[in-house]
Amino acid sequence: MLQIMEGSHAVAEAVKLSRPQVVSAYPITPQTHIVERLAEIVADGELDADYICVESEFSALSSCLGASAAGSRVYSATTSQGLAFMAEVVFNVAGMRLPIVMTIANRSLGAPLSIWNDQQDSLFLRDSGWMQLYAEDAQEAMDLHFIAYKAAENHEVLLPAFVCFDGFILTHTFEPVDIPKQEEIDAYLPAFNPYQRLDAKDPISFGMYATPDYYQEFRYEINAAMTRAKKVLREAGAEFGEMFGRDYSGLVEEYRLDDADTAIVAMGSVCGTIKDAVDEMRDDGKKVGLLKLRSFRPFPYEDVRTALAGVSNVAVLEKNINIGSRMLGAVGLEVKDAVYKNGTPVYSYVGGLGGRDIRRKDVKMITEWAETGRNDCFFGLREEVL
Amino acid sequence: MADERPEFFESGHRACGGCGPALAGRLIMKAAGENTIVVASTGCMEVFSTPYPETAWKTPWIHSLFQNAAAVASGIESSIKMQGRDEKVVVIAGDGATFDIGVLCISGAFERGHDITYICYDNEAYMNTGIQRSGATPYDASTTTSPAGKNSTGNSRPKKDMPAILAAHGAPYVATASIAYPTDMMKKVEKAINTKGPCYLQVHAPCCTGWGFDGAKTMEIGKAAINSGLWVNFEMEEGTVTKVKKVKRVPVDDYLKSQKRFRHLFKPEPKTEEIAKIQAIADKNAEKYGTDIVPKN
Repeated sequence: MLQIMEGSHAVAEAVKLSRPQVVSAYPITPQTHIVERLAEIVADGELDADYICVESEFSALSSCLGASAAGSRVYSATTSQGLAFMAEVVFNVAGMRLPIVMTIANRSLGAPLSIWNDQQDSLFLRDSGWMQLYAEDAQEAMDLHFIAYKAAENHEVLLPAFVCFDGFILTHTFEPVDIPKQEEIDAYLPAFNPYQRLDAKDPISFGMYATPDYYQEFRYEINAAMTRAKKVLREAGAEFGEMFGRDYSGLVEEYRLDDADTAIVAMGSVCGTIKDAVDEMRDDGKKVGLLKLRSFRPFPYEDVRTALAGVSNVAVLEKNINIGSRMLGAVGLEVKDAVYKNGTPVYSYVGGLGGRDIRRKDVKMITEWAETGRNDCFFGLREEVL
Repeated sequence: MADERPEFFESGHRACGGCGPALAGRLIMKAAGENTIVVASTGCMEVFSTPYPETAWKTPWIHSLFQNAAAVASGIESSIKMQGRDEKVVVIAGDGATFDIGVLCISGAFERGHDITYICYDNEAYMNTGIQRSGATPYDASTTTSPAGKNSTGNSRPKKDMPAILAAHGAPYVATASIAYPTDMMKKVEKAINTKGPCYLQVHAPCCTGWGFDGAKTMEIGKAAINSGLWVNFEMEEGTVTKVKKVKRVPVDDYLKSQKRFRHLFKPEPKTEEIAKIQAIADKNAEKYGTDIVPKN
């Protein structure tokens, strides 16, 4: 049954259904409604979890690290400055192969201070060893949490995961969502079965230091696990589809791409706007389609290559900036690599930073830019304030 | 050692001969026993005891970062509580991790009241990185970042009062100890572990390499610190000092002379004003804690 619910509350419901034993978080806009709702859920006895009200994001993820190593399923949520503050722990969690799931309510990074949405925060931790999944709407944000836990905890993977959804645009808006039943999620996502844990009955040392004789192999293994995660995520998404009727077997999703000349590539909530713009452009006889990336890490090169095999131009709509690089956006770099052998031109068009609205006409404009071979650039720039 | 309890901190690690912190680790683990999960901060002890794939730790042990041991311990305590397990969670961290970079995480963990024991092995500087001053470095000690020189007599600030800071958080048990008094130290470890709530123990652990003394004299130096009044062994329960080690105090000169880090106070000629300032610190300690044995009339 569909219920109208704020995106943040939908995510809180997903967390509740995932039964973490320890929740540890620090409030930061626009993540707050998630952790406030979870606090209520715990206070009302709807979730049997220890809720640690930490003094900082740094301690939020550090305490999650400890709890995960001790053998609990754990949860945290943050964004922007909070994520940057915990960055040292972010790398550590992946290095220690702890399958923590954390929601990122995507927000820009200061300075200047901005509480509004873009995707710079999660993308700056691209190389941290966390999976990065991006949701288009509240339902997908919810569902990706179950899939993230299932894939992260798979012993073939054992990597943590960000579930990213756009701050305010998704966190603070109300949408109809289908909330699975607890017994259904229990069947889909069994209790956490740690590969190793801190246990006095079977002592091990966690987080030792590695000399040059060993360090490189640890990094190799993290990368190998991330590569394996593609298959595991696809399977977890397919299984979810069989049980709940919403199929997430693809790490990418195509929209009217079959006969398209121009493809727009994007992640997150803007895909909804792009779909509308694509429909209108199709009505005008333009052959254009959308390739939505659901997973940025692992990056699904094969899927992107296949999906874009027939197109002549690719416009990547970037809600981040890859400062100092010729390719303006982090997503474009990956897409360009994926289609390199096809020789298809790929352009990064940067916009929507710090919460600036992206409209259908912007999407139509960057589509034209790609068709006419306009190089990487910003869109929606206010020249008059430069 | 006369104490027949089993060892959980194994020999064969890579500490310097005469390392105070290594002895602290051994004594802590002897007192803590097998039902203990150790959380380490980055530092000397972490590095000399766990070069992958070897470990000196016979109980579960975890190291994450330099400054987050108290937060990691919070999470472990929370997790094992939820699982209905009963292991004790003990942080073992150096003074840099405790006095300086880890204060935020420690303050949070103590304010939240987690049932953890936080033990700082205090060797009074960043020894792992090459003897740089920390908030625990005593006044006038020469370190690589507070070197004595033409315009410097060494570290310009007195040691931070970390026990008072933790006591102010409402910690039920706060104590100081020294590796020079192993029985006393182990009793305090046990007491901290068996007291519910966040407890803090600060262990004086002389570093022969960083302080500049013969590694055969670690215990002697530890005792001399206490006899000088520059280190005080005490216990605080619910914020009140309940026990103090009394001493027949001697002037600080001999303690200072025994270590290279204070050598500049005596050579080329004695810096009497500076020595007097250090003596004043010892006198103040003695007065504050009432350490002096008053001769009977």
